[in-house]
Amino acid sequence: MLSGLLMSEDTEVVEPETGTLPLDAWHRAQGARMVEFAGYWMPIQYEGIVAEHEWTRTSAGLFDVSHMGQLLLSGPDLDAAVEAVLPIDLSTLKLGQQRYSLLLDEEGGVLDDLMVSRWPESLYLVVNGATKWDDIGHLREYLPDEITLNHLDEQALLALQGPKAADALARHATGEYPLSALTFMKFGRFTIAGHDVTIARAGYTGEDGFEISLPGHAAAEIADLLCGEPEVKPIGLGARDSLRLEAGLPLYGHDLSPETSPVEAGLAFGINKRRRTDGGYPGAERINREIVEGTARKWVGLKVEGRMPAREGAEVYAGTAKVGTVTSGGFSPSLGYPIAMAYVASEHAAPGTALEIEVRSKRLAATVVPTPFVPHRYYRGSK
Amino acid sequence: MARYFTDEHEWIDLEGDLATVGITDYAQGQLGDIVFVELPEVGKMVEKGGEAAVVESVKAASDVYAPITGEVMEANAALEEDPALVNTSPEEDGWFFRMTVADKSELDGLMDAKAYKAFCDAL
Repeated sequence: MLSGLLMSEDTEVVEPETGTLPLDAWHRAQGARMVEFAGYWMPIQYEGIVAEHEWTRTSAGLFDVSHMGQLLLSGPDLDAAVEAVLPIDLSTLKLGQQRYSLLLDEEGGVLDDLMVSRWPESLYLVVNGATKWDDIGHLREYLPDEITLNHLDEQALLALQGPKAADALARHATGEYPLSALTFMKFGRFTIAGHDVTIARAGYTGEDGFEISLPGHAAAEIADLLCGEPEVKPIGLGARDSLRLEAGLPLYGHDLSPETSPVEAGLAFGINKRRRTDGGYPGAERINREIVEGTARKWVGLKVEGRMPAREGAEVYAGTAKVGTVTSGGFSPSLGYPIAMAYVASEHAAPGTALEIEVRSKRLAATVVPTPFVPHRYYRGSK
Repeated sequence: MARYFTDEHEWIDLEGDLATVGITDYAQGQLGDIVFVELPEVGKMVEKGGEAAVVESVKAASDVYAPITGEVMEANAALEEDPALVNTSPEEDGWFFRMTVADKSELDGLMDAKAYKAFCDAL
C-alpha cells in the first residue's frame, strides 16, 4: 500500500547517481526521513509534515535548499547580455535588490523560474535544483562567450521562514547594518559565527523569512546555531510543498513547464514593464501579445469541498465539459480543507465560479478562489 | 481472536466469520499525517489483492488492498470525522472495514505478529 508514496513524482530519481548535500549527515542525525529529490538525498520530513507546517506558520522553520543552483554571472556589458535571455529590466535593479524572473524558450514557454540579485560587478541567480544543469547549459549557449558563469556549487543555501525568523536570525547575523534594515526582496552581506554569508529577505512559504547563502563547510555549524534558538526547528520538503501551495506559489515541473506561458500562470509581473513594449527576450512576441490580449486559460486557485484532496493531474469540469487540469493540490493544514491550483479555461476562471474535479471517478465540488489561499506576510518595512 | 498481517502492511483480525481490516502502525508512520480515508461501500465484493480503500496523507494517495476475498459488511464511520485516528490508533480505533471471509485458506499465506515484525525490521 505504500506504492503511492514510493511512486510520488517528488521522489523520482532524476539523475543516475543520487548526490549528497553538505547537510546530509546533519539531517540524518536530526531524524529526517530522506528521499531522492532533484538528484540529491533530501529530508522530506522530521517529526511530521503537518506539525512542521504549523510550526513554520507560527514560529520559524529552517529549510535546507542547497539543491538549488546558485550562479554568478559577470563580464562586459553584463546587463545587456542578460536582458537578451531574461524578460527582466536590469536598469531598475539596484545593488542589494532581488527580483523574480523567468527563463523562457523561443516560444515563451517556461524553462525555469528564478531569482536575480545585483551584486557588485555581477548578477547572482538562484535557480531550481531539478533544472539547474539544463539552465546552466542554456545560459552558456545563449550568453556571449565574454560572460563568465560561475556555478557556486561549494555554497549551501538555507531558508529560515516564519513570523519569528527575524528574531532568531538577528541574534546571529551581524553586518554593516542591522538585519531589520532588510525588507522583502532585498539582500545584504552579513557574518554568522565568523562566516561570510549573503542573506536575502525572501522565501517560498508566504511568510516573512530569509534565504542564507553560506559556505557548504559551515552549513552544519550554522544549522546547529539556528536550530539552537527556541523558535527554530528543521523543516522538510513535505511541508515546504504544502506551505508554498497555500501561498499560491508555483512549483516548476508541476505548475510551470515549457507548455505553460508566464502570462497564463499569472506571472506577468515577471515580465518587467519596459520589456513589455521593447521586447528583445525569448518568446517576447507571444508573451507581450498575451499580456495585452489575455490567454485562453488561466492558473487559478480552487477550494475543494469535503476532505478528499484533488492532486496533480486531476481533471476539472464545468458540467460535462472538461475545462482544465490540476497542477498542484493537497490538503491545506492551515485551512483544514483541500486546496488545488489548476489551469482552467479563462471563461471559468473568475473567483466564485463553481466547478468540479474528478478524483477516482468521483466528482468533487470546487470553487475558484483568489490566491494566495493563506495571506502573505512579507516584511516590507516598519509602519 | 487471531491477527494476521500482509506484506502490504495491512492487518486483519479474524473473529468468527467476520474479519476486521486496517493498516499497521509501521504503515501509518511511513504515510505520515493522514487527512482522508476513502472506504469501500457496504455490500461491495472485494478480491484478495484488489483495491479496497484509499488513504490520503498530506503528501500522497495510497491504495489499501483487500487481504482476502469477501463482502464488505461495515466501514469505520469514525474515520470520516477523524481520519487522524489512523495515525493515533492504527491497529485499534483506526480500523478501516469489516468483511466476510469467503475462503479461510486465503489466510494461510499471511504473517503472524512475530513474522511481520521481522519483515518490517528487514525493510
